[in-house]
Amino acid sequence: MPLITDTGFAPDDAITLTPLDALPEAGEGVALDLPLDADTEAVAAYFNRLDLIVIPFPNFGDGRGFSLAKRLRSLGYRGRLRATGHLIPDQYAFARFCGFDEVQITDEQAERQPENQWTSATRALPPFLRRRVSGWV
Amino acid sequence: MYRYDEFDHDYVRARVSEFRDQTQRRIDGALTEDEYKPLRLQNGLYLQLHAYMLRVAVPYGTLNSRQMRTLAMIAERWDEGYGHFTTRQNIQYNWTKLTDVGDILDALADVEMHAIQTSGNCIRNVTADHFAGAAADEIEDPRPTAELVRQWSTAHPEFAFLPRKFKIAVTGSPNDRAVTKAHDIGLRMLRNDAGEPGYEVIVGGGLGRTPMIGKVIRDFLPKDDLLPYLEAILRVYNLHGRRDNKYKARIKILVHETGIDDMRAQVEAEFDRQMREEGGPLVAPDPVQVAKITAYFAPPAFEVLPDASTTLETAMANDAALAAWVGNNTSEHRTPGYAIVTVAIKGTGEAPGDATTAQMRVLADMGEKYSHDELRISHEQNVVLPHVRKDDLPAVFSALRKAGLATANAGLITDIIACPGLDYCALATARSIPVAQDLSRRFAAPERAKAIGNFTIKISGCINACGHHHVGHVGILGLEKSGIENYQITLGGDHTETMAVGERAGPGISAEEVGPAIERLVDAYLDTRADENERFIDTYRRIGAEPFKEALYAA
Repeated sequence: MPLITDTGFAPDDAITLTPLDALPEAGEGVALDLPLDADTEAVAAYFNRLDLIVIPFPNFGDGRGFSLAKRLRSLGYRGRLRATGHLIPDQYAFARFCGFDEVQITDEQAERQPENQWTSATRALPPFLRRRVSGWV
Repeated sequence: MYRYDEFDHDYVRARVSEFRDQTQRRIDGALTEDEYKPLRLQNGLYLQLHAYMLRVAVPYGTLNSRQMRTLAMIAERWDEGYGHFTTRQNIQYNWTKLTDVGDILDALADVEMHAIQTSGNCIRNVTADHFAGAAADEIEDPRPTAELVRQWSTAHPEFAFLPRKFKIAVTGSPNDRAVTKAHDIGLRMLRNDAGEPGYEVIVGGGLGRTPMIGKVIRDFLPKDDLLPYLEAILRVYNLHGRRDNKYKARIKILVHETGIDDMRAQVEAEFDRQMREEGGPLVAPDPVQVAKITAYFAPPAFEVLPDASTTLETAMANDAALAAWVGNNTSEHRTPGYAIVTVAIKGTGEAPGDATTAQMRVLADMGEKYSHDELRISHEQNVVLPHVRKDDLPAVFSALRKAGLATANAGLITDIIACPGLDYCALATARSIPVAQDLSRRFAAPERAKAIGNFTIKISGCINACGHHHVGHVGILGLEKSGIENYQITLGGDHTETMAVGERAGPGISAEEVGPAIERLVDAYLDTRADENERFIDTYRRIGAEPFKEALYAA
């Protein structure tokens, strides 16, 4: 289950995840396993106790995780954000722009889509954001 | 007209090479067929019954002559000599070879065109009033808004994997020619009591198997808030739209099941969150950018002319065919001495929307010579020359007539919308084109068509309703019953600002029965209308469906 960041593959950190219902009793430095239908406003109250939020992608065609990430960032979450499950290299940039820091895929998928396919996939900003970043917008 | 900036150019070129790479990875096996399919679709490539179909975007239906010539060249070089203009103001090539796609996309990029997001579960090509910037009844040109939405939605990282496709239409006129109430989002430009420009935002309209008329979610949205508000709607949809059943996945179902008030509350909460973000919303449009876009759509340099043209009037007095065509296929332009020309891409017995290479080249010539180098594709599958001097109408008519493009039927009973149907489409359950061809022959006599007046027939070859049958005055839906094509007739639909979904008239009838049944229906209308100014739809609303049902099933 390699972790993928901008520099390439890294080994699985095998971090222990806390389920959402255990969040109120969990201490500091929590790695939260966030379901796709979670009430994000309720989670926001615990942001300062979270080191990591993990959002599942049950299927690469299910784009809910992108919007969930954007909403968490919009609510002020500044910690690490991980997408886990089925994403393809062509979605890596999308995940990053939506606020994810890293992507985790299965070993089977990593074999079929090795590191070079992830590092060579486009990283270019979509044109609308490029205009903005360049100061043109 | 909009011209690509460096970002558009870079992006479209990069996207072509990215798609070549994706196709290679599919061949290598790195991408599974399931993983490749949405990438292929988002680049406009469908697998149809007989071949691949490539759908090329014509953003808000606007193109110049050079672009039209490239569309002709593609039809000639890589297809079978014609292209098909669609109800979404796009063009489709029905005989594309997979190995040619990269070259076709490169040829499109040469003239600032592409096939991006013409398919797939993403924000599709934005559509707008095909008379934009020309219509006498326009409050404001919708194209700068449509272009802003195009820029924002292109490769939007959050909204490329929505529950289902997502269509946005914009109109700047109270007379809605953009079918805004049948879109996922419809934007109607207006001004509030203080005179400030903004939009009425309509959400959750759609046709397909569950036709719904869009509902107003915001009655006045200030212009500057457009993109954050669109993001809010899309985010709510992306998170909560159904993904368990593709037939219930459009936003219209979410709006219907959630209720418009609850939906509005969720969208407003999402919108507020963005407005409170540090530094303001990421997608707030910059006034400099908006001004640049708007400048591209500045009106061309019109001449100062008297409104009436003696050249035209003299020519019409000597040529009844010209007079009939001008009377029917031109619309009022905002500038004196000019007219908007609708070129019918549906001559007698032809497939609606199909244009040959030669016809496309004639259209390009007409646009270049007589319409300030501008052409439009209409959702009615016609081509529009938006800015023609009335003095030039006789010359335009003569050239169009030589090319078989001068049928004087805009808005009349033979101005039929039809989907490709079972002749091309893998989803179709019945043929559409032969039915359209039959009806166009039956009502070919110009005097009769003129006597019938405004009358819309829309034909779909399956319940997905690409032929907009729900909103035709008469809708024809082709189904299949025990291996035999069977056509359901709906009555009373309306695609304009007074949108209505047609009601089913009764049991389906066979292909051969459709033509005679419609003829009887038309005769019944002519017999019962109050006067010759009462359109079929008005008569239908006045006296109800019964007399027309009787006529349909009288045989």
